[in-house]
Amino acid sequence: MIVKTIFSGFGGQGVLMMGISLANSAMNKGYHVTYLPAYGAEMRGGTANCTVAVGDEEIASPVASEPDYLIVMNLPSLFTFQNKVSAGGSIFINSSIIDARPNRQDVKTFCVPCADMAQELGNNRVANVIMMGAFIKKSNVVSPDIYLKSLEIIMGSRKKTLAEINRKAFAAGFDYIKD
Amino acid sequence: MNKVLMSGNNVIAEAGIRAGCRFYAGYPITPQNELTEYMAEHMRNAEGGVFIQSESEVAAINMIAGSSATGVRVMTSSSSPGISLKQEGISSMAACELPGIIVNIMRGGPGLGNIRPAQGDYFQATRGGGHGDYRTIVIAPATCQELADLTMDAFDLADKYRTPVMILADGMMGQMMEPVIFKKPKPRQYPEKFMLRGAGTGKSKFIRGLLLDPIDSEEHNWKLARKYEVITKNEILHEEHRVDDADLVIVAYGTAARIAKGAIKRLRDHGMKVGLFRPITLWPFPELKLRALSAKIKNYLVFEMSTGQMLEDVRLALQGYANIEFHGRPGGAVPTPAELANVVAKIYDKKD
Repeated sequence: MIVKTIFSGFGGQGVLMMGISLANSAMNKGYHVTYLPAYGAEMRGGTANCTVAVGDEEIASPVASEPDYLIVMNLPSLFTFQNKVSAGGSIFINSSIIDARPNRQDVKTFCVPCADMAQELGNNRVANVIMMGAFIKKSNVVSPDIYLKSLEIIMGSRKKTLAEINRKAFAAGFDYIKD
Repeated sequence: MNKVLMSGNNVIAEAGIRAGCRFYAGYPITPQNELTEYMAEHMRNAEGGVFIQSESEVAAINMIAGSSATGVRVMTSSSSPGISLKQEGISSMAACELPGIIVNIMRGGPGLGNIRPAQGDYFQATRGGGHGDYRTIVIAPATCQELADLTMDAFDLADKYRTPVMILADGMMGQMMEPVIFKKPKPRQYPEKFMLRGAGTGKSKFIRGLLLDPIDSEEHNWKLARKYEVITKNEILHEEHRVDDADLVIVAYGTAARIAKGAIKRLRDHGMKVGLFRPITLWPFPELKLRALSAKIKNYLVFEMSTGQMLEDVRLALQGYANIEFHGRPGGAVPTPAELANVVAKIYDKKD
């Protein structure tokens, strides 16, 4: 089993952090994992993306020819990556700011208004964690427990409030997606 | 030691410090900046560690040469254009028989090119790069774990043969994160007689590359050549992946080899028997190993993120005993495994 996921959005939306947190969780679960960021001239407001591969066997290429999952946080990302997703794959859309929908019939689409939900929670910056909640629920790459524990380790546990809001945000996204 | 998720650049730096590197000089350039940044942060915590952000690449290589002469384990790093600037210093280190690690996180070229991953510096790395009759050992890891292990080994090789060693990776290797376990480095073995630490009451020592008498200079060149012969005999590393039943073998190194492994998986799912020959040391090149393989496998595809450089070494190794095709993506373009699989499938149909 090898699962490849592309996270994409504006710089500043926490797109790379989504990838790093998933990669760390998968490593803690004992999987093979690669994390490949787009690097260089990326900046706040520009576009950023990263590819995470998780597998129970050696991962040859960190590049995804056909990702199983695509998480898009802004509109340009949807146009850039939607045609790469493998048939039967899933696309997660930040529907707070993306009105367009994939023009493909062979993929599943999940719309999560994560920016609005973050505002309701009182912290705009947790939109990415809300999206991760939805993504983990559907993809089941790692368990919520492992994800949250790994997230806490990466973020540093100095600020107790941070861990708490992240947990709330994750739960909101997780519960938003119905079985 | 637990597994940690680290980027290739950080892995090289951490492995260097653990292996006893206590002097690092470097000048910023993408895509290797994280290496310099990591050294800036962590070298000061290592006992006796010195980090210098030099005024230029030229200064950095000469700083590590000087530091190496005093017997310290040294490293510098850069990316393609910066490595070009270092060549005079590398040649000088080879002439003076100074150990040291030079990391090249390759990017698209020629000239300033771009900052995407590429493999266009193969000739420069494996043919010496600077002026004069010398070689550098060139190691091309393909995973973050190999970056950790081989960086440590590189320091031992540099000391053992008193020669500069190059770690040749690319932007993708530098930026990619993978879980890594750091091994325990071996204790350093480097005789004090090679270290310049003041003559005291003993005899003066000289370290120099300027040998005006041509007969002295010739002897020095032959001495270096004999050393390179020993290295060629003893220090070759390579990997063979699924070649046992293969009809066609892809020859690739570093990131290209990873893409090739992905392609091989796809091709085998479609019943095409394809394997991989991956040189890990690019100099010395695993020439005899590849030639031995050609006794039973007659079809090869060299795949590089360049217009065809290692291709020449493969031709020299196979000497016409086998068919050689080439696929290259230069200038910072990184193909997907699917693309390479398509290329291989076309050749696979044609062969015989």
